[in-house]
Amino acid sequence: MAGTGILIEIENNMVKEASLGVMTAAKGQEKYALVLGQEASSVKEKLGEYGAAHILHITAPGNLSANPDLQALAVADAVKEYQLDTLLGTASAMGKDMFARIAAILEEPLVSDCVAVNIKDRTVKKSHFSGKTFATLKINCSCLLCTLRPNSTEPEPSPTACDIIEFEARVADPGLIKIVETRKAGGARLDLTEAPIVITGGRAIKSAENYKMLEACAQKIGAAVGASRAAVDAGYAPHSMQVGQTGKTVSPKLYIACGVSGAVQHFAGMKTSKVIVAINEDKDAPIFSKCDYGIIGDIFKIIPALTEKL
Amino acid sequence: MKICVCVKPVPDTAVSIKLSGVAGFEDSEMKLVPNPYDEYGLEEAVSLVEKQGGEVVAVTVGKASAEATLRGVLAMGAARAILVKTDAQFLDSELTAKALKAVMEQDGLPDMIFTGKGSVDTESFQTQYRLAKSLGLPIVNEVSKLTLDNGKAVAERETGGGEKQVIEMGLPCVIGATKGLNEPRYPKFPDIMKAKKKEIRQMDLSIFGIDPSKGRVRVEKLEIVPERSGAKMLSGSVDEQVTELVRVLKEDEKVL
Repeated sequence: MAGTGILIEIENNMVKEASLGVMTAAKGQEKYALVLGQEASSVKEKLGEYGAAHILHITAPGNLSANPDLQALAVADAVKEYQLDTLLGTASAMGKDMFARIAAILEEPLVSDCVAVNIKDRTVKKSHFSGKTFATLKINCSCLLCTLRPNSTEPEPSPTACDIIEFEARVADPGLIKIVETRKAGGARLDLTEAPIVITGGRAIKSAENYKMLEACAQKIGAAVGASRAAVDAGYAPHSMQVGQTGKTVSPKLYIACGVSGAVQHFAGMKTSKVIVAINEDKDAPIFSKCDYGIIGDIFKIIPALTEKL
Repeated sequence: MKICVCVKPVPDTAVSIKLSGVAGFEDSEMKLVPNPYDEYGLEEAVSLVEKQGGEVVAVTVGKASAEATLRGVLAMGAARAILVKTDAQFLDSELTAKALKAVMEQDGLPDMIFTGKGSVDTESFQTQYRLAKSLGLPIVNEVSKLTLDNGKAVAERETGGGEKQVIEMGLPCVIGATKGLNEPRYPKFPDIMKAKKKEIRQMDLSIFGIDPSKGRVRVEKLEIVPERSGAKMLSGSVDEQVTELVRVLKEDEKVL
């Protein structure tokens, strides 16, 4: 049986939760956890606990982290060297970019942002038309390339004996692009697309300042804070926080919409959330007809009370 | 400077999708709009040409009905358009990129190529990468800021959690546009009138030897995602409402 590769994302020496979900989605396969650059020994225990038989520690001549083309070439080289017939990853900003580059190099089909994958049948399920439909796609390929939507598979431990394979990729920088600067966001902000809980403020939040109220609530439950398009366009929040069409797609287990009216374009970005809670003063807001739990009321009274109770 | 903008005609997000057969949707009466992300690319191309001179050519691979969509694109400032026609409702990214490359080679390779960061219909985020690779060009996707300087392009992209990368590349290059790059213009009446006279060159996909049925990604089934309905409304005082909310989220839904 050929192996299944999983491209692991690591932040602050920790394997990201979303990568563990992808490991779980590849249940039953002989798993190679692909770790790029960074030190592999610090994540060995965690990856073994979630079923990695091997950690493929990929290095290359030159600075891997400075260039997505070089990273993609190195991963593609590893896929060929170890004859992996499947390569899975996270549909994060980094994962989507990397997999598109890898697919172009390997000349293999790619499906992005899937909610389910059947490795044996070569079929995947994903959203088409902004969450209005699910498409089941059949892929005819030598290596199945697929990124999975964060939170689509709950991580489950399945401990395995795990070894580390050192692999130096035989690649050279094609010299097409160069990262000249990386600007970190202020503080350790939780990534919206990967957060297990998202709290979003809409136009009714009334000012940038008032997002602090949502952040206080978010901090208590490990949530990320998002914004509706109306709030972004009004200048209350940066575009990086926007949920919905022309913003980010999120799929948390809990989505709390505060003062969001619930336009179709907003639903396009959060429809696959497990539980949707809406809080809005306007009893006729469209969001109440498409959520799981609703509270009609003033967000400036309800959110502080909720924060208190959590 | 010649700039090609790849535009995909897509159903408007506000329109509901009706299924047709097992793996298709009803599109005979449907008005298709330019993919919203492609409009950011188009606007950037048009304003670059307004400043520096040159020509913006819109390129589309789609059904014959995409001609109407392209009229709107021409009204937004493209000088002319090329429509590569196919009857296929779903053409996979590999074949689309192949068609875009072939038509650009035939028309004369541009100095820059703009696309959207992805399309809102199939959401597969990769055609621009395949196009760039096949032409040997640099590609940066999800670009929210772009400057051109001395034959170089400097693009800014968000990489998650609010982190940003600044990436430098030479021209020609491929840029996948996203919101923040600009504010696409609404065409005025004279622009719409002018657009009616602009050229839309049409050709069949088959002239490039591309067969849609040879795609390696096939839609086996399309199904409507049911809308949520019958939300449970929590009533009472603020205190009662939040107490009940925390209880259901913890005990019934187990998401807290």
